[in-house]
Amino acid sequence: MIAAYLLLFIPLAGMLILSWVNDSHQAGRINIRFNTVALIASLWLAVNVLLQGPILSNTQMIYIDSFNVYLIALTAFVGLTTSIFSGPYMAHEQELGKVGKKRLRLYYTMYQGFMLAMYLVLTTNNMGVMWVAMEGATLATVLLVSLYRTPESVEAAWKYFILCGVGIAQALFGTVLLYFASEQIQGIQENALLWTVLYKNANLLNPSVMSIAFVFLLVGYGTKIGLVPLHNWLPDAHSEGPTPMSAILSGLLLNDALYAVVRCKMLVDGSLGNHQAGNLMMGFGLLSFLVAVLFLHRQHDIKRLFSYSSIEHMGLMTFAFGIGSPWATFAALFHMTTHSLTKSAIFVTVGYASQLAKTQRMEKIRGLIHTQPAIGWGLLMGTVAIAGFPPFGVFASEFLVLIATMDDYPWLTPLLLLGIGIAFAGLFRQIQPMVYGDVPQGQLPIKANLWPVMIHLGIVLCLGLAIPSFLGNWFNQATQLISGKLPL
Amino acid sequence: MDITQLSHYQQAIMLLAAMIVLTSFLMLGQSRLLRLVSIFSVQGVLLAITTALAADVLNSPHLYISALLTLSLKGIFIPFMLHRLVVNMGLHRDMETLKNPARVMMGGTGLVVFSYYVCLPIIKLSPLITLNTIAISMAVVLLGMLLMITRRQAVAHVVGFMSIENGLFFAAVVSTYGMPMVVELGIAFDVLVAAILFGVFFFHIRTSIDSLDVDQLNRLSEVEK
Repeated sequence: MIAAYLLLFIPLAGMLILSWVNDSHQAGRINIRFNTVALIASLWLAVNVLLQGPILSNTQMIYIDSFNVYLIALTAFVGLTTSIFSGPYMAHEQELGKVGKKRLRLYYTMYQGFMLAMYLVLTTNNMGVMWVAMEGATLATVLLVSLYRTPESVEAAWKYFILCGVGIAQALFGTVLLYFASEQIQGIQENALLWTVLYKNANLLNPSVMSIAFVFLLVGYGTKIGLVPLHNWLPDAHSEGPTPMSAILSGLLLNDALYAVVRCKMLVDGSLGNHQAGNLMMGFGLLSFLVAVLFLHRQHDIKRLFSYSSIEHMGLMTFAFGIGSPWATFAALFHMTTHSLTKSAIFVTVGYASQLAKTQRMEKIRGLIHTQPAIGWGLLMGTVAIAGFPPFGVFASEFLVLIATMDDYPWLTPLLLLGIGIAFAGLFRQIQPMVYGDVPQGQLPIKANLWPVMIHLGIVLCLGLAIPSFLGNWFNQATQLISGKLPL
Repeated sequence: MDITQLSHYQQAIMLLAAMIVLTSFLMLGQSRLLRLVSIFSVQGVLLAITTALAADVLNSPHLYISALLTLSLKGIFIPFMLHRLVVNMGLHRDMETLKNPARVMMGGTGLVVFSYYVCLPIIKLSPLITLNTIAISMAVVLLGMLLMITRRQAVAHVVGFMSIENGLFFAAVVSTYGMPMVVELGIAFDVLVAAILFGVFFFHIRTSIDSLDVDQLNRLSEVEK
C-alpha cells in the first residue's frame, strides 16, 4: 500500500522541486531521477499485487488489481526511458534557440505533472477522481504542445484544449449518470462512485441509465483515445509538440484513456448483461482503424505519420476489447504493451531523425542510414516492429487479435487484414527513402543516445519470441478480471 | 402531471432550470462579447442558487460548499477574468456578425427536444419530477456546443466551454444532489486551472495570428496548401 502512496507522492514532489530548478541540464537529470524512483515504487507495487492479490486502501480511494498494476509499471517504464531521451534532446533544442530556460522549467514541471495525472488515473478507485485526473492530464500537457510558440503549435494546442475539454466533459456527464444509477440502489453515499462498489452491484444498476451513460463515457474518453471521428486533435498535438511529449502522449495517455473506457465497460456489461457496449467499441474501433490506415498515405510530416499509426493501433485495441472474448481481451492487453513500447521508441528515433535532417517534412529527410547508422536502423527496426512483422511482439498481438476475430466475427477478419496491409504499404512507402535515399549535402551526425530505443525494441522482440511466465500470468489474471474467463 | 401538485422546492428547481436554459439561448443570440460574458455570469449565479436551494432542502451541508465554489468561480472569478481580458485586448467594441441567427435558434430548440427524447427512459425511471431537469441540463450542454460551433471568437468558445460545465454541474445537483466532495473539489480545481490556461492562451493566439478569430487558426490540415 505504501508503494501506491509513494507512486503518487513522487511525481508531486517532482513537480514542486522542478518548478524551482532554473538550470535546465540539472532539471533534466532530476527528472530522470524522479522517474527512476517512481519506476522502483511501481515495481514494488507490482510485486505486492502479484503476491497478495488486489489491494484496496483503507480509505477505499485506491484500488489496484492485476489490470491496472501492469499499466502502472508500463507507465513508469516508458516515463523513465522518455525522460532519459528528453534531457539531451531538449538541451539540443535549447541550443537551437527554440526554447528558453523558463519554458524548459515549465516543461520539466509539467512532465512530472503529467506523470502524476497518469498515476492518479490508474490507481484511483473513484470514477469521479478518474475523470478529474484525466482532465488534469490535458491541462498539464496543453502548454507543452505549444512549447515552441510557433503559430502552428499554438493552433495545435488550442485544438487539443478545446476538443479534449469538450470531449471529456461528455465523460463527466456519463459519470454523473453512473452516480445517479448507483444512488438508485444504495441511496446518497460518499462511496457510491467507487469502482469496487459499483462493480459489486453492477447487476443491480439500472440498464437504461447505464447504456446512456456508457455512450457518454465512450465518447468522452474516446476523444482522448483518438477514436475517429474524434481524433482531429491527435495528429496536430503530436506533430507540433516537442518529441518527448509525442512519445508519452502516444505511449501512455492513449493507453490510460482506453483503460478508463474498459473499466466503464466492465460495469456496463455487468448491468446490461448483453453485448451492447462491446458492439459500440467494436464499431468505433474498426472505424478508427480503417480511417487511420488510409490517412497514413496522405502524410508529409513524419510525426503526423506515426500519430495516425497510433490511431490505427488504438482502434485495433478498442476493437479487440469490444469483442470481449478472453482471447481478444488477452490480445488487447498484450497489444497495449507492445504498441506503447514500440511507439515511444519510434518517436524517440523520429525526434533524432528530424534533428539530424533539421525538418519534419518526410520528403526532405533522406539517407539516415548513411549519415548515422544507429538512427537509420532504429527507425527501420521500429517501423518493421510497428507494421507487425515477426518476430516482434506487435506481430504476436495482432495475430492474436486476428485469431480472436476469426472465432467470433469471421466476416470482419478480411477487413482487418486489408487494413494491416494498407498500413504496411503506407509506412514503408515513406520510410524506405528516408532510411536509404541519397544523403543531402551537409548532413552531419548528431549526438544521440539510442539506448532507450534499443531497450524498448529489445523488450518488444523478446515479447514476440516468448512471453515470460510472470507476465503471461499477469495478462491471464487481468483477462479473467475483464472478460470473466481465462484465455486458456 | 399538474404543476400545482409539486412541492415548492420542485417548482423552484423547475423555474431555475427554465431560467438556466433561457440564459443559454440568450448567449446563443448575443453578438457582443461583454454581454455574452455577463449572461454567462448570470447563469453561474443561477447555478449557485440552485445548489444552495438543494443544500437547504436536502439538509446536506457539503452542497453549501459546492454552491459557494460555483458562485465564486462561475459567477464571479471567471466572468471577471474574461471581462478584463476582453477590455484589455480591446475586443469590447467588436461585434461579431452572427450568420443565420434564426436558424441557429431553431437548431437550439431542436436540441432541447432531442435531449428530452434521449432522457425519456431516465425520466420515466423515478417519481422525482426534478429528473425532468436532466433533460434540461443535457440541453444546456448541447447548446454550449452549438455556441462554440457558431462562433469564431476564442472568447466565445471559452464561454461555450464553461457553459457546458455549467450544464453538467446542474445535472449533478438536481439528479444526484451533487457529486462526492472529493470529486467536486477536483472538478472545481480543474475548472479554475482551465480558466487560467485559457487566459494564457488568448495572449498566445493573439501574438501568433494577431487576432482572436479562431477561423484563422487553419494552418494545420490534411490538405496541402
